[in-house]
Amino acid sequence: MRSLDLRSSVAALCVTLAVATAAQAADFGKRPEAGFGRPIGEADLKLWDIDIATPSGGNLPAGEGTVAAGKAVYEAKCLACHGENAAGGPVYGTMVGGIGSMTKSPRVLTPGSMYPYAPILFDYVRRAMPMNAPQSLTADEVYAVAAYIYNLNGLVPADFKMNAQTMPKIPMPNRDGFIRDDRPDTRAERCMTDCKPIGTVADASKPAASGTAAAAGGTGNQVIMGDPKSGAAASPAARP
Amino acid sequence: MVEEQRTQTPAPGASPGSSGSSRRRFLVAGAAAGLGVAAGARAEELPVPASSLKMGAPIPPESYGMPIEFEAHVKRRRSDVFKNKQNYSDWSMTPLHQQVGIVTPNGLFFERHHNGVAKIDPEQHRLVIHGLVEKPLAFSMSDLMRYPSVSRFHFMECSGNTLTDWREPKAVTVQQSHGLLSCAQWTGVPLSWLLDEAGVKPEGKWVMFEGGDGSGHLRSIPIEKVMDDALLVYGQNGEMLRAEQGYPLRAFFPGWEGNTCVKWLRRIKVVTEPDQIRGETARYTDPMPNGKWRQYSMEMECKSVITNPSGGMSLKGPGLYEVQGFAWSGRGKVTNVDLTFDGGRTWREAALEEPVLDKCLTRFRYRWNWDGSPAKIASRAKDTTGYVQPTVEEIARVREIVGFVQHHNGIFPWSVAQSGEVANAIA
Ligand code: HEC
Repeated sequence: MRSLDLRSSVAALCVTLAVATAAQAADFGKRPEAGFGRPIGEADLKLWDIDIATPSGGNLPAGEGTVAAGKAVYEAKCLACHGENAAGGPVYGTMVGGIGSMTKSPRVLTPGSMYPYAPILFDYVRRAMPMNAPQSLTADEVYAVAAYIYNLNGLVPADFKMNAQTMPKIPMPNRDGFIRDDRPDTRAERCMTDCKPIGTVADASKPAASGTAAAAGGTGNQVIMGDPKSGAAASPAARP
Repeated sequence: MVEEQRTQTPAPGASPGSSGSSRRRFLVAGAAAGLGVAAGARAEELPVPASSLKMGAPIPPESYGMPIEFEAHVKRRRSDVFKNKQNYSDWSMTPLHQQVGIVTPNGLFFERHHNGVAKIDPEQHRLVIHGLVEKPLAFSMSDLMRYPSVSRFHFMECSGNTLTDWREPKAVTVQQSHGLLSCAQWTGVPLSWLLDEAGVKPEGKWVMFEGGDGSGHLRSIPIEKVMDDALLVYGQNGEMLRAEQGYPLRAFFPGWEGNTCVKWLRRIKVVTEPDQIRGETARYTDPMPNGKWRQYSMEMECKSVITNPSGGMSLKGPGLYEVQGFAWSGRGKVTNVDLTFDGGRTWREAALEEPVLDKCLTRFRYRWNWDGSPAKIASRAKDTTGYVQPTVEEIARVREIVGFVQHHNGIFPWSVAQSGEVANAIA
């Protein structure tokens, strides 16, 4: 009797365990019932919520800056790294020029030539510059230094007042320069015998083999950090 | 035979650190031993090694184990091809040719920072989720670690991996050409859980991730990817993240370019449209014909490279060599890897070593009998979507290869000279 009881309870236990195990296995990777986040208000995040919706200028703060004020900020806090007139310094290439270079060789990338929306400069400088003291500038200082850099790029006049209303309206030369990801854009085949030898970038400027898509681009060397003299390999800062 | 090669000790005279490649020493030693066996020659009688005649080092009361001094030359290194003029927004690369297995040790995992390595006290760290959500939430690290966790193996590759080697061979070693690639087991919480907890509003279509380092690095990710397989990661290869990998918390998007996996993660904001900040426009975009740029190309396409033998190594005479390398795809699993030894005219299928995992490094192997004549070797991978790794020629026909271009997943040939010297043969 006893042993039977034991047997049946062992069997029952096994069933329970099996069910529990199955349930646990099914739960794995599923969101648990409980959550451990603590409520917080947008008002508590004022100092953190610094990203700008750059196409619209959304979230640009109050404040204003002029080209003249920006020159002073620049000379005090940026020149050491970026050089006179933002033309390039010890750790970074020029931040001026390159407009019209996107279809040329090299493509010279600067805030003036590359940014499709003017507020990108506000967003980046406020969060990341000066590199040795990020987030140390006031909103007025960021507007001002942005006015200075865009003025050097010929995008705003010397008497421009940069603020949340004027900044998003600056017409940017590279406004329509972007397409969204549309890959895969190659259609390679798994050839095993009698294949065409592995081609090079130079081979791409020769006429395409039948079935290959667009013609080659190839305008030569692009200067990423905007220093045509130093060339890409000697470019001062980071790209990837 | 192959196993024998693998367990050979370094060749006499190959002092660690001098050759710069333990794997290279293995290849050399293996070949030499193979020849000796073939000749049937008897070497001198082996003495009892010194290590058998004494006590070893005692166990210290506590320690964090480090590799033995003979492996001290195995290091991540900054690029010697693209030299930045400061080392805060810079990168270091994994010695892929010295990696065994598919997991990259944490100390060798590649780095890319935009303003140096931040140091964050986990007690102080907060993550917030806000924007287009029903309930904005804040989490401490201990809050996050109370959730059930998941662990997954995935590769991570920088969008700029291989960027110095499009038009001409610049990198000497595979560390310098492909070392912005690593693989780890990641542990954390599915991001979808936390976003569901906060309650994403219907108009929330993109999610912005921002780091708490001095660059405030941020990227916007489509909500579909975030809800699919994205992780909030605090663990890597069995321990908490290293500082260089974003301690105490980073985002992880399997198969997507490394810079989307924002380190030192402090803020997640749900939005309708991406912010289009500098890192989404002026950087991490691909030059296209007619002066255009392709943006939000975050998925890393199928790619492979031979790591052994690779640039800078030297084969010591004809004979058997196990050709090895890695294949991976940001879109799924690797299904096939083919190898060529004649510059692409004929290809033979390599063996894939288990496990073959989703969006993970997959190791391939092939026993190659080198006849001693010049060869041009390369690998070509295919993934579960049917996509086949292209040549740089095929890529250059549809994109513009100007200067340092991102997303180089081209077939990467190495030349093997009659002398045995192996060199970058991209052009
Ligand atoms: C300690 C050196 C240093 C200082 C000081 C500094 N910068 Fe920079 N700046 C850099 C480096 C390095 C980069 C490149 C960073 C990168 O790409 O990750 C950079 C990048 C930039 C860029 C991006 C340019 C582009 O082409 O997209 C802007 C804009 C910029 N800095 C503005 C400023 C301003 C304004 C100041 C002064 C308030 C400043 N910087 C001070 C080092 C510095």
